[in-house]
Amino acid sequence: MKKSVAILILILVIAIVGPWISPHDYAAVDFSRILQSPSLGGMHWFGTDALGRDLFVRTLLGIRVTLLVAVVASLVSLVIGVTYGAVAGYVGGRVDAIMMRFVDTLYALPFIFFVILLMVAFERNFFLIFVAIGAINWLDMARIVRGQTLSLREREFVDAAKLIGVRTPQIISRHIAPNLIGIVVVYVTLTIPQAILVESFLSFLGLGVQEPQTSLGALVDEGVNHMEGASWLLLIPASLLALILMCFNFLGDGLRDHFDARNGS
Amino acid sequence: MLRYTLLRLLGAIPTLLLVIVLAFLMVHAAPGGPFDSERALPPEVAEDIEKHYRLDEPLPQQLLRYMSGLLQGDLGPSYRYRDYTVSELIASGFPLSLQIGALAMGLALIVGVGAGTLAAQRKNTLVDRIVMGFAMTGISIPVFVVAPVLVLLVAVKLHWLPAGWSGSPGFAKYVLPVITLALPQIAYIARLTRASMIDVLSRDYIRTAYAQGLGTKAIIRVHALKPAMLPVLSYMGPAVAAVLTGSVVIEEVFGIPGLGQFFVRGALNRDYTLVLGIVIFYATLIVLLNLIVDILYGVIDPRVRQR
Amino acid sequence: MSLLEVSGLRISYGGSSVVDGVDFAVANGESVGVVGESGSGKSQTALALLGLLPADAVVEGSVEFDGQQIIGAPEEKLNKLRGTRIAMIFQDPMQALNPYLRVGRQLSEVLRQHQLAEGQQARKTVLEMLTRVGLSDAERQYRAYPHELSGGMRQRVMIASALITGPDLLIADEPTTALDVTVQAQILDLLEELRDDTALLLITHDLGIVAGRCERLLVFEGGQLVESGATTSLFAAPRHEHTRKLLEAAPRVDVGKTLAPAADKSILSVEDVAVQYRSNRGEKLDAVTSVSLSLREGETLAIVGESGSGKSSLVRGLLGLVPMSSGKLVFAGEALSGPVQKRTLQELKSLQLVFQDPVSALNPQMTVGKIVAEPLEVHAKGISASERESRALKMLSKVGLDKALSDRYSHQLSGGQAQRVAIARALILEPKVLVCDEAVAALDGSARERVLDVIKSAQAETGLSVIFISHDLGVVRSVSHRVAVMYLGRLVEIAENGVLFATPRHPYTRALLASIPVADPRAKIVRAPLQGEVPSALEPPAGCVFHTRCPFVDDACKASAPELRDVAGSRVACLRAGQIQNATEKPPSELPSAHR
Repeated sequence: MKKSVAILILILVIAIVGPWISPHDYAAVDFSRILQSPSLGGMHWFGTDALGRDLFVRTLLGIRVTLLVAVVASLVSLVIGVTYGAVAGYVGGRVDAIMMRFVDTLYALPFIFFVILLMVAFERNFFLIFVAIGAINWLDMARIVRGQTLSLREREFVDAAKLIGVRTPQIISRHIAPNLIGIVVVYVTLTIPQAILVESFLSFLGLGVQEPQTSLGALVDEGVNHMEGASWLLLIPASLLALILMCFNFLGDGLRDHFDARNGS
Repeated sequence: MLRYTLLRLLGAIPTLLLVIVLAFLMVHAAPGGPFDSERALPPEVAEDIEKHYRLDEPLPQQLLRYMSGLLQGDLGPSYRYRDYTVSELIASGFPLSLQIGALAMGLALIVGVGAGTLAAQRKNTLVDRIVMGFAMTGISIPVFVVAPVLVLLVAVKLHWLPAGWSGSPGFAKYVLPVITLALPQIAYIARLTRASMIDVLSRDYIRTAYAQGLGTKAIIRVHALKPAMLPVLSYMGPAVAAVLTGSVVIEEVFGIPGLGQFFVRGALNRDYTLVLGIVIFYATLIVLLNLIVDILYGVIDPRVRQR
Repeated sequence: MSLLEVSGLRISYGGSSVVDGVDFAVANGESVGVVGESGSGKSQTALALLGLLPADAVVEGSVEFDGQQIIGAPEEKLNKLRGTRIAMIFQDPMQALNPYLRVGRQLSEVLRQHQLAEGQQARKTVLEMLTRVGLSDAERQYRAYPHELSGGMRQRVMIASALITGPDLLIADEPTTALDVTVQAQILDLLEELRDDTALLLITHDLGIVAGRCERLLVFEGGQLVESGATTSLFAAPRHEHTRKLLEAAPRVDVGKTLAPAADKSILSVEDVAVQYRSNRGEKLDAVTSVSLSLREGETLAIVGESGSGKSSLVRGLLGLVPMSSGKLVFAGEALSGPVQKRTLQELKSLQLVFQDPVSALNPQMTVGKIVAEPLEVHAKGISASERESRALKMLSKVGLDKALSDRYSHQLSGGQAQRVAIARALILEPKVLVCDEAVAALDGSARERVLDVIKSAQAETGLSVIFISHDLGVVRSVSHRVAVMYLGRLVEIAENGVLFATPRHPYTRALLASIPVADPRAKIVRAPLQGEVPSALEPPAGCVFHTRCPFVDDACKASAPELRDVAGSRVACLRAGQIQNATEKPPSELPSAHR
């Protein structure tokens, strides 16, 4: 878990600082230097692509975009999911039944295809990607928060608070919310890799971010086109993508185990 | 049980309706039409086309027309493949996608459940760690990374298996796509099985079975497998959605002329009716599958049936 | 030679031992009781006898069964003994039976695995066994899933699965703890009746259970066997201090001191209260039906009854935590509004509750100090934070907790400590009425005593009235002034403590008292006075709700529901209450057997 956090922070720092100190520009085309292989001693650490652009800077840019989309999308799903789940769980009864029936209905839909449909219908834009990915992932969050709220609401300390006269807003802020934070943090951590997957999938299909902007998925797509002659174009962004996903998954797993252990379940 | 099944069946209908209406509105609420992306058409031509595809009618009427067509299996004409209807395109692409998808799901279930059970039995041993390490890698590396890398290694560099589809001999060409498509599902199912098997094996009724002198093998077969499979069963809906998503990538990378490829082409060409038709088709497939899963759940868990 | 011989048994986890050097033996056909508080190592010892301890347990010493060493024996060898020669019954039959398999399959699988019978032969054996354990419609129970059975029936199935192979040794680990007391009596009778020459190792925290039923006792404390001997001599002259303590702490319903009656001035009265729930399927369930009673100033009123009696629903209704479907509450002469959200601070302050599960009743994210001070934040807005803190600390020391605990979180406390924190939170508002809902049910002997002492001293100090809900009549006998008995949502009897225990008037009260095992080997063992189990509140019997199990039932009971009336100093809801005092009960054979 600690290793995952360390790696993620390192990647993040390089992605933020790297392009800024590098002499190369992510969009600068240079036909005199196309498809140069990576060399740590040379000008282009990760080599160049088919348009002669520096892959190091482009990869770091791709990481930035991928992480940005994933984090923003996760926050969108966090806000929607937590609000929806907490309301359903705390109000309970018929409202809960109807709200959860709706979630179940949406659950059965292949959302990713709807996102593609959206991308086709509307011009592709960044904002839409955030919203669409957020809209996919809030369902899990809503279910989990609802379940947790429901069981917290039944816990006797909530009754005890009612009996000493604590009003509903304070019951929620003092007795329910603090007990939700742990599980929410766990699931946000697990939502981020999900969002990364969706974003890079869309970019891979050419439905995500547009040139000269890029993301890890778009870089992999480009890499596939040149993999027979210039395998680094595929392998470098692909392994970084896998590394980032793995770190988030490890982190999420670790946090979940920690959380479960503390709750004795 | 009959009551339960009927209730589930009834429950699937609103979901299907929602799918259709949602998808239809998404497409038709979009600005611009299918034909104004490339170059401006003369107004009379545009009008002709609009009439031909009935885009001049009010939206609710179009929706009703579309839905009544749907009931007869008619998803309308494709905008790009002018001579084909969407239904024909689906009919030509789906069988191949289904073959590969079903093979991948079967493989994923067998290997995933087996590996997960093994890891659960050998919890915290080397075997467990190896299986779980593979599973973690499997869920972390997306299909669109695994597919090209495998092609690069196994086909291009080592020449063990064919890289492409057309022209390759029968059996061999299935191997890479099916394995690639199955890998992330194997990983998910193994993780799920391990977690739920460990949970089930810690139950009091398993201790009872041990106290009754049943051996580990008999306990897993008689007492543990059924309840441990419930989370895996619940995962079947999302799994099929994931396989469908994956098939889009696989067909793209391996050049397989399946439904996924039509879908991507349709999406890139903004072929509204085709994309809409395929989304509705996929969604229906998943809703039906979830229905089957729900019913099976009732078969396995006697307590669910009574609700 | 002994059937079972345990010597130098030591069990430890990660270096800390839970069982530390235990020696004992069990002879063929003998019945041995194992008693001790939770954590004394008695259950761990039992699991070791079957080699069932988890993989991370380090087991040393020797356990020989019929000359064969159990410790370190290979799984295949153990599997030949388990289930066939040594069988085991566990505490909670709901958990111990597989919810996904039909009862018949779970039993026949035992026969099949041990190659004792297969197919139709196995089926026949299982059906016979189900009949022997008192399941009347064996064919139907064979096809049933565990959740379709009542708690008592499930434990009968467990017993059937243990005895079906005719074992030499039966280990029963708290076999009746999860059951109601009238059902407990039936199950204990059944074990006695069926075991024949099977040796029995009966593990329990309840000295009453072993007193009349085991020949020999083993007393465990802190992982050690501190005393063993014949039951009668051990009860008569306990040698070890811990045995003495256990005996003293064992609640007795047959002996009790009489508390001075409280002033006859009502502080809270409940008039015609009903509580109704709706099930998931929309069926109406009457948890409480038209109950009236009043609580006097400074008294402790106990409400007793088995599961489904409605005692918890009644107090939740009067606290406003669940809606009452009808009825009126009067507190100190004024009508009390229904739901808790509508009550004034003054009303809330006067009525406080202590819950059964202290861990669930404390917010895991708050420190003990914050928890105890929270009521002051709401009710004493004028005072400063430091004043709140010092009042909370004072309250903590009043309930006998160290000030250092105020920075701890609930999961860092023992059950008894957590319960005293919950009491401190309730008492800091200086309520007039304290409701204790099974407040000591989760606690062992000494922890239970200390919690009861805290409540008693608060009552002595401030004239607090207490409603004390409990299923444990022994505890009720020692703490209450008056006792109310509920059955299936109705109040069936209410009387002064001494009167009720000496002369129970309602047939249900009589049966309830007679079902409680007395912690005295000299006391006469009565067979289970009631058959069957409490009917479902979804379909309560017509007329008197108790008529389906009543030994004195006549036709009038089936037709009309009795009202509470005065019978020689008690208030009793029974048509025949005056007549039955000396009547002989119908012999059990005429009673309906255990089925629903």
